[in-house]
Amino acid sequence: MDGLVLLANSAAQADPTSIFEPASPPAESIRTLAILVFVIALFIFFVVEFILFYSIWRFRRRKQAGGADQAGGDPTAEPPQVYGSKPIEVAWTAAPALIVFVLVLVAARTLWEVKPDVPTPSPGDNALYVTAIGHQWWWEFHYTSYNGEPLDFITANELHVPVGDDGTPRPVYLTLLSADVIHSFWVPRLAGKLDLIPGVTNTLWFQTTEPGLYLGQCAEYCGTQHAGMLLRVYVDTPDDFETWLANQRKPAVDDPAVAEGKAAFLSESCINCHRVRGTPAAGTYAPDLTHLMSRETLASGLVPNDRENLRKWINNPHDIKEGCLMPAFGLSPEKLDLIVDYLATLK
Amino acid sequence: MAVAERQLDMASQAAARPAWTAVLHDWVTSADHKKIGIMYILMGTVFLVIAGAQALVMRWQLVYARHDFVSPDVFNQLFTMHGTTMVFFVGMPMIIGMANYVVPLQIGARDMAFPRLNALGFWLTLFGGLLVYFSYATGGAPALGWFAYSPLTTKTFARSAATDFWALGLIVSGFGTIAAGVNFVATIVTMRAPGMTFRKIPFYPWTILWTSVQILIAIPPLTAALIMVMFDRQLGAHFFDPQNNGSAVLWQHLFWFFGHPEVYILILPIFGIVSEVIPVFSRKVLFGYEFMAAATMAIAFISLGVWAHHMFVIGMSRTLDMYFAVASLLVSIPTGIKFFNWLATMYGGRISMDSPMLFCMGFLAMFLIGGLTGIMLALAPFDFQLSDSYFVVGHFHWVLIGGTLFGLFAGFHYWYPKATGRMLSERMAKWQFWLLLIGFFLTFGPMHISGMLGMPRRIFTYEADRGWELWNQISTIGAFIQAPSYVIFVWNLVWSLRHGRPAGDDPWDAYTLEWATTSPPPAYNFDQLPVVHSRRPLWDAKHPDDPDWQYE
Repeated sequence: MDGLVLLANSAAQADPTSIFEPASPPAESIRTLAILVFVIALFIFFVVEFILFYSIWRFRRRKQAGGADQAGGDPTAEPPQVYGSKPIEVAWTAAPALIVFVLVLVAARTLWEVKPDVPTPSPGDNALYVTAIGHQWWWEFHYTSYNGEPLDFITANELHVPVGDDGTPRPVYLTLLSADVIHSFWVPRLAGKLDLIPGVTNTLWFQTTEPGLYLGQCAEYCGTQHAGMLLRVYVDTPDDFETWLANQRKPAVDDPAVAEGKAAFLSESCINCHRVRGTPAAGTYAPDLTHLMSRETLASGLVPNDRENLRKWINNPHDIKEGCLMPAFGLSPEKLDLIVDYLATLK
Repeated sequence: MAVAERQLDMASQAAARPAWTAVLHDWVTSADHKKIGIMYILMGTVFLVIAGAQALVMRWQLVYARHDFVSPDVFNQLFTMHGTTMVFFVGMPMIIGMANYVVPLQIGARDMAFPRLNALGFWLTLFGGLLVYFSYATGGAPALGWFAYSPLTTKTFARSAATDFWALGLIVSGFGTIAAGVNFVATIVTMRAPGMTFRKIPFYPWTILWTSVQILIAIPPLTAALIMVMFDRQLGAHFFDPQNNGSAVLWQHLFWFFGHPEVYILILPIFGIVSEVIPVFSRKVLFGYEFMAAATMAIAFISLGVWAHHMFVIGMSRTLDMYFAVASLLVSIPTGIKFFNWLATMYGGRISMDSPMLFCMGFLAMFLIGGLTGIMLALAPFDFQLSDSYFVVGHFHWVLIGGTLFGLFAGFHYWYPKATGRMLSERMAKWQFWLLLIGFFLTFGPMHISGMLGMPRRIFTYEADRGWELWNQISTIGAFIQAPSYVIFVWNLVWSLRHGRPAGDDPWDAYTLEWATTSPPPAYNFDQLPVVHSRRPLWDAKHPDDPDWQYE
């Protein structure tokens, strides 16, 4: 049993973004549909290819000694000309029509399963509501409500959601918006993708049963660093999630030991784009840094979030993410260290 | 006397080998449908080589996770130009070119209805292509993807003039395509040989007629939408600019209203070619002509109402999702009818596997798979996972190479003897076929798998931990196996022009009128306009004891 679970886990790790490793009801519904369609398609494939290859082999032109073909007739003679047959045509119109009919019914059922009506937040609903905003080339997550309780904090690139217990599903509703061009939210193990379109509001639903990290990335071409717009969804146990929530809701850590670094940060143009809640830095163009160090990765999932990468990033973001919209500011090494010191305290 | 002799001598030399400038002048000023057809095909071949090279660069970039062979911007430009080129400057010109050459001959006409419009159409298409490539002069091609979703095309996100050249090029070539469509409709409706009623028209011109109807319905909305893009970019309009109450989704509707019929514009003529080749090489009449003809019309009409299956992930209502899923699935019924009729045509025949038939068999075997993956993509919920993934890339290459290109190669091998008077080398054709088939399988098969493993399309690189690297490496190997097959094909075209076996008028013992004239045909096609009594006039001529018109 344990061995099986272990096997399942390692298999899941081998294909962390496979649509055949669903971990949420909509992804599961789609897998069920997919398997059915594959079975039907394979059946049609084998029947038609068999007829094709059989015909090629059985009716190939054969030349034998004496010039007579295998039927013993004149090799130049033409085979009987058959112009068509109405009953046969009707039969092979009806057969695909029947298959289409079945597919339509199954598709309709699946569609209503994966696209339910979206409820409004209410106390005790155990539901998490997050507004996800696509930017070139990162994700902004604005937490708005959990279990009916309003939330108001912003984080980036790493989405934390609570896992559902037996009997207590904790659905997640993502309101999808875009700040610039069209993006698409796709974490294959959780749900199908849905676009983030400027001027349009979409809502994506999923709910999980297994804690863990689920990977994905932007699926609609959105410019230079489309490939570098990775997604990480952390499914936490309810306790872990509450702890994470409590931390995120607090303003930024204000450590007097790095006061000099903070001053350096606030004196640079960082604050035009970035926000650190509780400081004058209130930019909205770039990721919120209030709890930067609670995130495991930088640059929308491209590199681990450690001191070395952070320094490299601030020195020249294009060394890590060529073409991204944050410029290199040409800071002196001393100032760079001061700012990294400060940012490293934003747990 | 001596002067006159010398002049005579020079005149005879000039007749033997005219100066290259005279040849060039003859071609560029020609309004002969056969010369224009050949120029379309040459244009398509040149762009095929260019876009193929772009594909190889992309495949090499993707051979390792986080490989750094080309920069992200260069990669994004490559897939934009590869897609645009293949659809507009390879697929369409080759299809229109082949039809240009063959249709007037098959219906027993001396030329197209509007020969000068025909020439205009070709030159507009060619200059449209050059205009799109002129974007490189602005410092880089556009990086939009071939369907150029707004607002990526607005000035905010595409600042250089590359996007303007791209849009202008497609507008210009679009007018060329519309001209061809008008011309085909006029030609096929008004210029058929005496006795060739609509019920007796060969199958290929029939598919070209409906392809042209689709061209006339689908291309103008694209042209209009591109003009709107130019308005947005140059005149400060806001059609597609959401920041100013424009709509990003509007572009998708307009584009795919063109884009979905477009894929049938690229496949209906192929159905026509296959329906000519299979009967000839099976020595049988096309099974169920009326049903085939009706299925062609059904596909032409249904495919006008399925465009938003490219847009399932924009978040439409469930009702719209269902409508477009059902409409898309309906296309599979007439397509199935066609498939079964081809198989029935072969059944009981006497099949010879010469190169045209070989490519047709490749078409049947491959297009079936593309059709089946198409059914998967048509099921809206399944598409939520598959859309914009490498599965889609695998699917449409399967249809466009396994379908369109295999069918085009069947047509090239079938009609090359008519156009040149020489046979293509069968040996080279077989090498080309098997390299293409194997390379094609290896390139595009694994894309279905990497797509289902979560790999989105249009990414210049990917993460090592996703399990995609192996599949990408197989794809890259496949691409480099495919590449020589195209070289062999081009070499075969050139080599056989001189060294091919002389073809004679009717090398395949075929059924339709183009084989009744010489190879290559004279400028006027036929000495006397032929009179037709059935769908297979040459069969009637060869079997006066048992002519077709008794049974039709």
